Amino acid sequence: MLSLPKNFETFNEARQKSFMALYQAKERGKKIIGTFCSYTPVEIIHAAGAIPVGLCGKSEQGIAEAEAILPKTICPLIKASYGMAITDQCPYFYFSDGILAETTCDGKKKMYELMGKIKPVHVMNLPQSKDQALAIDAWTEEVKRAAKFLEDLLHVSITPEKLHDAIVYRNRLRRAIVDLYEVAKIKPSPVSGYELSTVAESADFHFTDDDLIAKIEKTTRDFKARTRNDGANRPRVLITGCPNAGVRDKIIKRLEELGADYVCADTCSGPRVQKFMIDENADPYRAIAERYLKINCSVMTPNEARFDDIKDLVKEYQVDGVIEIVLHGCHTFAVEAYTTMNIIQNELSMPYMRLDTDFSQSDGGQIETRLGAFIEMMIAA
Amino acid sequence: MLFAGIDIGSTAAKAVLMSEDKREIVARNLMPSGWNSRETAERLLSWLMSLGYSRDDIRIIATGYGRVSVPYADSTLTEITCHGKGAAFLGGDDLTVIDIGGQDTKVIIIKNSRVIDFVMNDKCSAGTGKFLEVMANRMGLTLPEFFALAEHGKDIKISSMCTVFAESEIVSLMGLGTPREDIACGAVGSVVSKVATLVSKKASSGKYYLTGGFCESPLLIRKLSETLGSEVFTTPDARFAGAIGAALLGK
Ligand code: SF4
Ligand code: SF4
Repeated sequence: MLSLPKNFETFNEARQKSFMALYQAKERGKKIIGTFCSYTPVEIIHAAGAIPVGLCGKSEQGIAEAEAILPKTICPLIKASYGMAITDQCPYFYFSDGILAETTCDGKKKMYELMGKIKPVHVMNLPQSKDQALAIDAWTEEVKRAAKFLEDLLHVSITPEKLHDAIVYRNRLRRAIVDLYEVAKIKPSPVSGYELSTVAESADFHFTDDDLIAKIEKTTRDFKARTRNDGANRPRVLITGCPNAGVRDKIIKRLEELGADYVCADTCSGPRVQKFMIDENADPYRAIAERYLKINCSVMTPNEARFDDIKDLVKEYQVDGVIEIVLHGCHTFAVEAYTTMNIIQNELSMPYMRLDTDFSQSDGGQIETRLGAFIEMMIAA
Repeated sequence: MLFAGIDIGSTAAKAVLMSEDKREIVARNLMPSGWNSRETAERLLSWLMSLGYSRDDIRIIATGYGRVSVPYADSTLTEITCHGKGAAFLGGDDLTVIDIGGQDTKVIIIKNSRVIDFVMNDKCSAGTGKFLEVMANRMGLTLPEFFALAEHGKDIKISSMCTVFAESEIVSLMGLGTPREDIACGAVGSVVSKVATLVSKKASSGKYYLTGGFCESPLLIRKLSETLGSEVFTTPDARFAGAIGAALLGK
């Protein structure tokens, strides 16, 4: 059974709590830059003396309002992000001095054009492939151009020292988060994946906390020290596909309540992206660009390295089955899902299930049946 | 120890009792699920008890979407696992099972008598028993009457996939004086094509095997075989597949 500690803070609680901290920081004159994607080089935001805040929509909130302007068929993440922005429902967006975005999928980049009418939005031109001619050169220039945008917007100057400090800080933070994720490599995992991922992904909201890294390291130690006596027969699941924060309760929590362990996320917030560090001794802009271009997201073509990552993670985390989450309207992941299916089922001979869903609760019952059947399938395998 | 499987679906509730060696179906029962799954479950228990065994002699496994309403069950399993197991018992170890249920339709791939993959229809009721129920209702017929009529019909195309739109399409067809048997036949064809699309999402292996309430409709089986380009097998007991699988999985 999924058991959570009494003082467990849900993702939304963590998010809410940090509103106040953010507000106070803002009062003290801190600047805030909103981000929407794992490709955003947050180091330049830190170096500009501002706080990077992830603004991705993660619930149904704002979707109805967004649908008045955006097509209904666009992915819920884009609708929710935009909806929260236009309805002033998201204090983070409200407090943001500007937005740093990039050309990832079509829906998102066109949405940014509309968002730009409400706030200063800078859209970085992300290459479509790391193998593209001049990709790394172009992307390095884009990072510089984004830094210039921040300097002009916030009237600051990003010095090489500040940039270096930011790189060192984010590397340490990433290392701490990867270590935290890796607790789940222990079999059986001493901690619920729902709890672990909530803590890991909430780290984003503790931006004003100077001891953030120390706290994460402590949580890792605490998690490792925990014992669980019911974990032995629970199949271990890797979740891949679209960002899953918006379906955290409907899918991840339910999966664990029904008897499986969520041990690894092959999504852009999980360990496969966090593990990429920035070279602290190279030219900072180039080093930043190199690090971010390593990310394997379905917006890239080709994106074959993603499948090498999945295969590695399946092994490292001793996974018994893979669930792919495809949000309605996300073409890039929907198309790649066919490849994921073939690799997991045919190459690895492992149970694979694809769940097509959105942020609404209306398919909760159907998802539950599928999750239940998938767990039974993994146990029988 | 005997083994009973109780499968409470959205339309029909099925129960079977299997012998100790799980090779034989000792008794079977079928009733409408009704409004209250809880009551239906109780009625099935009384039926089981009326067969002359005591409760302690029988291990009971519940499945189907109403499985949570069977308080006396020793354990529960999802309908996917049970349908797969039951179909393998009836039809062989390697199958592509097609289950057209009252509320949802599923395709289950069975290898060595184990579920290795499955897909279910999405939220919409097109391609499920519900679609035909709505159409029959609209024409003032019961489902068996509807199927009997459809047997004599010509294939016409119902173009709306959505149940709500198809219903109004049928109303206008009736208004135009289209023969009722043709409309019924067209509606069956519509379900078949939707089901075939679902089947095509999974690479098929082994033979096709139909379970669920429509396994006694020759028209549907014929049309499905034609559309899939391969014979679809079934038997009258296939509507009990979920209950049979549940009983087989009892420990
Ligand atoms: S899935 Fe890709 S595009 Fe979406 S947030 Fe992650 S890295 Fe960015
Ligand atoms: S989930 Fe897909 S469609 Fe949605 S923002 Fe990410 S890449 Fe774009």
